[in-house]
Amino acid sequence: MSVTTFVIVSVIKTVIALFVLLTAVAYSVWLERKVVGHMQNRWGPSYVGPFGLLQPLADGAKFLLKEDLTPPHVYKPLYIAAPMLSVIFALTSIAVIPIGNWVDIFGLHIPLQITDLNIGLLIILGVTSMGVYGVALAGWSSNSKYSLLGGLRASAQMVSYEISLGLSLIGVLITAGSFSLRTIVESQQGRFWGIIPRWNIFHGQEVAFFIYLTSAYAETNRIPFDLPEAETELVAGYHTEYSAMKFAMFFMAEYANMITVGCLATLLFLGGWNGPLFGPPLLQAILPVFWFVAKVFAFLFLYIWVRGTLPRFRYDQLMAFGWKFLFPLAIANLVITALVVALRS
Amino acid sequence: MVPLPYYLILSGILFACGVTGFLIKRNIITIFMSIELMLNGVNLSFVAFAAHWHALSGQVFVFFVMVVAAAEAAVGLAIIIAVYRTRETLNVDQVNLLKL
Amino acid sequence: MLHLVLFSVFGAICVAGAVNLLVQRHPINSALSLIAVMASLAVEYLLLGAEFVAAVQVIIYAGAIMVLFVFVIMLLNAGEEERVGGSRVAIVFGIPGMLVGSVLTAWVLLRYSGTSGVELGAMPGPPKTIGWLLFHDFLLPFEVTSILILIAIMGAVVLASREEIPAPGERGEV
Repeated sequence: MSVTTFVIVSVIKTVIALFVLLTAVAYSVWLERKVVGHMQNRWGPSYVGPFGLLQPLADGAKFLLKEDLTPPHVYKPLYIAAPMLSVIFALTSIAVIPIGNWVDIFGLHIPLQITDLNIGLLIILGVTSMGVYGVALAGWSSNSKYSLLGGLRASAQMVSYEISLGLSLIGVLITAGSFSLRTIVESQQGRFWGIIPRWNIFHGQEVAFFIYLTSAYAETNRIPFDLPEAETELVAGYHTEYSAMKFAMFFMAEYANMITVGCLATLLFLGGWNGPLFGPPLLQAILPVFWFVAKVFAFLFLYIWVRGTLPRFRYDQLMAFGWKFLFPLAIANLVITALVVALRS
Repeated sequence: MVPLPYYLILSGILFACGVTGFLIKRNIITIFMSIELMLNGVNLSFVAFAAHWHALSGQVFVFFVMVVAAAEAAVGLAIIIAVYRTRETLNVDQVNLLKL
Repeated sequence: MLHLVLFSVFGAICVAGAVNLLVQRHPINSALSLIAVMASLAVEYLLLGAEFVAAVQVIIYAGAIMVLFVFVIMLLNAGEEERVGGSRVAIVFGIPGMLVGSVLTAWVLLRYSGTSGVELGAMPGPPKTIGWLLFHDFLLPFEVTSILILIAIMGAVVLASREEIPAPGERGEV
């Protein structure tokens, strides 16, 4: 493939991926409001369009038209840059996530991934680490005690749970043998005894999945770990002083992080796009994408289900849980996985 | 095809900026950050030589430099916090008496 | 050609970030310019083929160590530096001296180097080979650095912990 073809194809893929991701972010907000509403025995949004499906559009219009206040004593450069940083880092990790197998269009053999790096997983971990800055700088630059406390708590929590997140993924790496996300998914093909699929969650990484799930809730500041932005505690935490579009950017960044974490869980633990293939060749080309989306949707539903069910942790309980329970458990999982793989080969 | 000296000059510029920052700055956290800048300049030198002589141990050494920088940053920042608690200032010119 | 362009662009960002660190008065701006330097250095490492080192630079250096710096700046909230009058001698002799020294060094390096340059991605450093080296040839430094980190953790916890303030009733007792 020549250089210009490669550049054009990559630009098209990037535009499509960003568009799909932003729509998914908007509709995951709708999904959350609907599911939490039904769990609390009420309808969620149901006025704007059938089943409230046009509610994200109404919300988008609201955010655009709301008055964008900038409080007088904030540190302006960082105040304006922090939500942009959050959104940029939240949207960057889509670049290495594969949603399906290869596709043959116009004689070109294109992978359904913007770029297949052989350190793809490390890139996602790196972008997650950089996402802490949006939160910390927003909290500090707002020049308000609620924001500062919320920002400090949120960034300390994110940094602490990043460790367990990374360690839980190493078990998967050891069994798959590569950092490239496509290789990891391809190592989960096939089934045990014809029935149980060879996903990593059934293949010895159950504990790792639990650790990953819990760390993901803490990384994305969701209930039960959302003390940094709890209304009853800290007004709104690090985004107290933000209004309209900047607040919408933080909101989008949180849901985009949720989707990224869901995609990563699907790729590493739930088998990615592997699923039963049937039907004519056109259907067989689209089915892997459908399985991927279905698994991400199931993971998001689990996220929202937990949000509607559990109360939140107190901050010291949260930090103690992360450092004293999850971190040793993740190390134990790593040691046992490494031993099993070494003894087996 | 970039000549090796270009990388070494870039590394030297970063190191020189680090040394200058260490000498002219008064805020102790900025002095600390200049030390980190010096370490980064040296890391670039290591990786450039690893590429030039096709020896992977240059990159492994960068790994160790980063680990040492992390340990040093943790302890140094803890010391800075302890100093701030007693002296109420981050200006190195004012931390010049052994007893308060 | 592309290698030279990418090297120049990210090298310029590195130098601009380093100079900005010196020029800015508020430590948070210096911290952010240092993060920009580290990110562009990660791209330079990628140009030399060191992919694992580049990823570790972003995750550890820019994503954890600098977060620690930003935390401390936020917690201590010290504010801008006062402008202190610099010494005349230093400015008169220092800046030209530094310029002469750096031009001399650059000239020597460029003149007396070999003709072979460094290609794009000259020494690929995939995680597997680096891991092999770490656990075979460099095993002793690896284990020693793990003990170093343990000592650093203990030291940081002890140094930054607050002393117990005795309750008013207990002050007179031994």
